[in-house]
Amino acid sequence: MARKISMKQAVNEALDQAMAADPSVICMGEDIVGGAGANGEKDAWGGVLGVTKGLYAKHGDRLLDTPLSESAYIGAAVGAAACGMRPVAELMFIDFMGVCFDQIFNQAAKFKYMFGGKAETPVVIRAMVGAGFRAAGQHSQMLTPLFTHIPGLKVVCPSNPYDTKGLLIQSIRDNDPVIFCEHKNLYAIEGEVPEASYAIPFGEASVVRDGKHCSIVTYGLMVHRSLEAAAALAKEGVEVEIVDLRTLSPLDIDTVLDSVTKTGRLVCVDEASPRCNIATDISAQVAMHAFGALKAQIEMVTPPHTPVPFSPTLEDMYIPSAGQIADAVRRTLKGGKH
Amino acid sequence: MAGITPIVMPKWGLSMKEGTVTAWLVDEGTTIHVGMPILEVETDKIANAVEAPDPGLLRRKLADVGDFLPVKALLGVMAGDDVSDADIDAYVAAYVTPAADDDEDDAAPAYQFVDVKGIRTRYARKGAAEGTPVLFIHGFGGDLDNWLFNIDAVGEKAPVLAFDLPGHGQSAIHLPGASLAALADFVADFMDAVVVQRAHLVGHSMGAAIAAKLALMDAQRVASLTLIGAAGLGSEINADYTGGFATAPSRRELKPLLEMLFADASLVNRQMVDDVLKYKRLDGVTELLSELGGALFGGGQQSEQPARELGSSPAALVLWGREDRIVPAAHAANAPPGAKVEVFDGVGHMAQMERASDVNRLILAHIGG
Repeated sequence: MARKISMKQAVNEALDQAMAADPSVICMGEDIVGGAGANGEKDAWGGVLGVTKGLYAKHGDRLLDTPLSESAYIGAAVGAAACGMRPVAELMFIDFMGVCFDQIFNQAAKFKYMFGGKAETPVVIRAMVGAGFRAAGQHSQMLTPLFTHIPGLKVVCPSNPYDTKGLLIQSIRDNDPVIFCEHKNLYAIEGEVPEASYAIPFGEASVVRDGKHCSIVTYGLMVHRSLEAAAALAKEGVEVEIVDLRTLSPLDIDTVLDSVTKTGRLVCVDEASPRCNIATDISAQVAMHAFGALKAQIEMVTPPHTPVPFSPTLEDMYIPSAGQIADAVRRTLKGGKH
Repeated sequence: MAGITPIVMPKWGLSMKEGTVTAWLVDEGTTIHVGMPILEVETDKIANAVEAPDPGLLRRKLADVGDFLPVKALLGVMAGDDVSDADIDAYVAAYVTPAADDDEDDAAPAYQFVDVKGIRTRYARKGAAEGTPVLFIHGFGGDLDNWLFNIDAVGEKAPVLAFDLPGHGQSAIHLPGASLAALADFVADFMDAVVVQRAHLVGHSMGAAIAAKLALMDAQRVASLTLIGAAGLGSEINADYTGGFATAPSRRELKPLLEMLFADASLVNRQMVDDVLKYKRLDGVTELLSELGGALFGGGQQSEQPARELGSSPAALVLWGREDRIVPAAHAANAPPGAKVEVFDGVGHMAQMERASDVNRLILAHIGG
């Protein structure tokens, strides 16, 4: 049956059910159990924000606390995946990926191609993304575009608990490396989630609001900001359609093109830095494949091209707001043909 | 107030809390007869017309198109022309929308669960306290929400029970057996579990075949039969639908299949497709539906046709949409002896949704309510 749980609980439940169903699924990461050597209290911590709390009691030493060395344990996870395990490695903050890029970009993403399709690397790397947590520039980035750039990686960034559980289970079952991005400011939001196990296929965007005047294409936390903007615009008689991409690689461009063909207007909203991000990618693909459907200029809403500020006031100004999104919709509605 | 009849936001289905008025279909001053569509309402699940429960003169439209209002909110007022405008003003001013009767902390939740021989089964019990219950049995791939336009209306006159078959809706994903006999046994076990000895069975599609099977197996548990778009009355069935429904992996493949269920394809909205996909994506559902559909409807042929073996008792009511693209309406010709048969023009496989008020009225007449 479905009941309301938080996005954090949805991650926990997906890991729990995947581990119960398949003994080759293991979890590893910094303090995901309770901190190395924490006798008797191993279960107390469950990761920096408590996402894996309680799993040690059920699955024991299939949860591994690792040394504070991302290059070492991400490499170990990739190697274990190549040897038949299905590791889920938690990298805490996506900002720390830099020290293990070789393991991810050059090894995990390439094995299938380097070994003539004979090697599979079913590793999932979970990491927190996004700003708004008062955690400064080295713990707040939305680095999704770095990973969508690399062939061989799949990139997921859910916006709600239902999608989180189904996409994480799919990530674990998938035979390719998956970068699973969890927005830290969405952990607390609640939604209806079935108790039973289920998987959502990759490459299927979700239309979260129907509208006929303008399409907003987005993902992650920005889905919620876009919904706020749409509610405000509805009072002005503007009906916005919102496409939640859910998976960034593979990308469901068909749903985007269908929506833009219907509405004729596009606003791309992305929390990632503005150069070469998901918004620019979507804009380019729509301009190329559906130019004739566009009635006006494409608008993009992104943060400015700066690091995420530590000042709370500046950080709040940095993250795209519902007001900025609504203004972008109004601009494209004013522009072009009528 | 004497002579004033309110038109209120309907409650369609157990989870509906509010709806949006999308169109008025009549003008103020129109004489309304029973069953006449008055306005259109859309919920997150479905759009449909609100039909007049009573005759009268439409004196006042209160809800505007686009208004998003709670269940039982006042949408309009009917009254005779002997009622003054001042009386109507006073009625409107005094109207208070009753609180929803199924708040989360309410003693009787909308949905309940019961263990039926090891199968966790979701069900709903609503309606009158006294009388022989009406038991709704949904079809292949459906769930109890297929009866969203029927449960409350029939419940005004009789106790109503609806449940999710095994492997359907939110019941456990486990079949007691891939045969009508196994499913009819399950229905009898469910009736035992909720302490119902005898019931009026209302079955849709595969659910109608299950109801007919139970009537053949244990007639004393069946007070009457209502068979809607029934399986079990002929051999032909649309294999593109039954096979495709089980395996359709995405919105793109599923939507055209769901549109086959209705004469008016626009009834299939995004939310309906998303809800069906959520169910189909639960681990084990695709395999279970493939097994069940293969056993009962493999190759477009119904392997069992129990409704053709029925006699004149229990009394049967056979309802069909003439544009049914899943089970042909021509099968209505095989209705049991003495059955009342009604075939609706401009209606597809889901007559209980597309022609809800007629179906409800016919069920109530059939069960003597």
